[in-house]
Amino acid sequence: MTDTQQPNPSEMAEVTQARPHRTLLNDAWIRLRRNRLAVAGAIIILIFALGAIFAPLITKYNFAKQDLDSIFLQPSGVHWLGTDELGRDVFARMLYGARTSLAVGIFTQLIVLLIGLPIGAFAGSKGGRVDNLLMRFVDIMYGFPDILLIILLSAVLRGTVFGNMGGGIFVIFLAIGLVAWVNVSRLVRGQILSLKQRDFVTAARAMGGKGTYITMRHLLPNSLGPIIVSITFGVPRAIFTEAALSYIGIGVKPPTPSWGAMIHDGYNVMFTAPHLVIVPAVAIALIMLAFTFLGDGLRDALDPRSRR
Amino acid sequence: MGKYVIRRLLWMVLVLFVVAFVTFCLMHLVPGGPWDRDKALPQTVVDNLNRKYGLDQPFLIQFKNYIFNAVRGDLGVSYIYQDRSVTSIIMGGFPVSATLGLVAFLIAILVGVPLGIAAAIKQNSFVDYFAVIFATIFASMPNFVLGILLMIIFSVTLHWFPTSGWGSIRQIIMPAFALAALPAAYMARISRASMLDVTRQDYIRTARAKGLTERVVLVRHILRNAMIPVITIAGPELAGLVTGSFIVESLFSVPGIGRLFVQSVSQRDYGLIMGTVLFYAFAIAIINLVVDILYGMIDPRIRYD
Repeated sequence: MTDTQQPNPSEMAEVTQARPHRTLLNDAWIRLRRNRLAVAGAIIILIFALGAIFAPLITKYNFAKQDLDSIFLQPSGVHWLGTDELGRDVFARMLYGARTSLAVGIFTQLIVLLIGLPIGAFAGSKGGRVDNLLMRFVDIMYGFPDILLIILLSAVLRGTVFGNMGGGIFVIFLAIGLVAWVNVSRLVRGQILSLKQRDFVTAARAMGGKGTYITMRHLLPNSLGPIIVSITFGVPRAIFTEAALSYIGIGVKPPTPSWGAMIHDGYNVMFTAPHLVIVPAVAIALIMLAFTFLGDGLRDALDPRSRR
Repeated sequence: MGKYVIRRLLWMVLVLFVVAFVTFCLMHLVPGGPWDRDKALPQTVVDNLNRKYGLDQPFLIQFKNYIFNAVRGDLGVSYIYQDRSVTSIIMGGFPVSATLGLVAFLIAILVGVPLGIAAAIKQNSFVDYFAVIFATIFASMPNFVLGILLMIIFSVTLHWFPTSGWGSIRQIIMPAFALAALPAAYMARISRASMLDVTRQDYIRTARAKGLTERVVLVRHILRNAMIPVITIAGPELAGLVTGSFIVESLFSVPGIGRLFVQSVSQRDYGLIMGTVLFYAFAIAIINLVVDILYGMIDPRIRYD
């Protein structure tokens, strides 16, 4: 990335004419834009994100407002996607549900990064006993059926101060984040271990670079690509987990809108009002597909060698 | 080899012990107890219940008792289904989950692998594009969303299959397909990539240069080598499928251990939670060990040190 030496100004003019200077990220961006599926995925994510952010401007309905005079309405000009068993507007619930899903996707990955990155980087660059300890711990974490651990953790966290923050959504962030960081720390550790063997790191060390400097300046920036890809794939997994937990009734608390909870509510009336489960199911499928497309595109763009 | 198995088994015992301990701690941290009802029980009744189940003992003593019993196959009693032991409840649910998982696994293999192989043989053809699109869509489709969509199409609209229940072939088809889609997509992807990879190897060119017919090259040289990565991922997939999916089982009301776990958590049935987590961890560890040993027999390049 930035570890290439800058040529002196006169040389640079010539080089610039021959081929404009590009960084890896520049290059990746150009490759990503050429990937139609990745662009489609990014557009879908953008639409959901804009819908989630500007939900109050897009729909005049409140996601929790019940109207028992107009229950189970079919989609129409008034209620774009109809109403549910309590007369709540399904389109509004879908939009606000996107808030929940995207928030879960983003914040769990933040927690994953906050825990996984330092631990992985530390273990990878220090090596030895610290590394051994982490890897044994990771092995034990893999011994747990992870979804069961998430369920148990969320049950425990409900009793703490986080229990009621944001309608129970913080419990979900933490429960998923506390389980999922292991993957990222293992990835970062592996990256750093292999980068440590490379010549440019040896060179940096020979020039007198100290451990922390080398980790921050060379090892971490060069493992950025795989980390970005892993995070991108982590988002849909977290969204799915939240939907699954909310579906079985141990996710976010009502009336906080969640696509999983919408499926749960609509499940019993599937035969009379199928749109109540179709809307959230299609929304979940779309957002997961979009993130997978984007993740595949990012992987190809950031590491062109991995392409088959 | 013998040394390797022993080392793995010892490590497994340690992992299971830690899993048990952590689960035990977490369970005791969960707010509320197993005797919480809509109508509160009198304190004396709660005390008696606690004494009967040993819940009045110090934490570590409780854990010690639990482990000693678990080693003998006794996972304690369920606090909700008080007439049944956890072991018998799990043993009742496991065959159901295993049957569903095996059917799903077979579907995944029978759909995914031939699709991947066909796609690789006719690279850049219609079959190939179809396989790639199939793999991409189903690899990112959550199984319960697929389950819901299947229900809407085949139960609500076409009335072909019942939405829920267990016992007949018609009831197993939809949950099995919902579970099979993701591993099928995965296997199609892996077998296609692996086929393409092997086809480019020197020994395939050698086989062709020897004058072997295309059929012999394909079956004896390409397929046999290309299937190794497929078998590698088949193991963990099988472990995951056979131990059940709590979400698909809940969706289709399949009485397996996945659904059991969901119920036990919402009812705070400590005994059942503990038993299911341990059983899951144990089953997955054993299946993975068996699979790892089998790899060594299939692929002589793998050496156990």
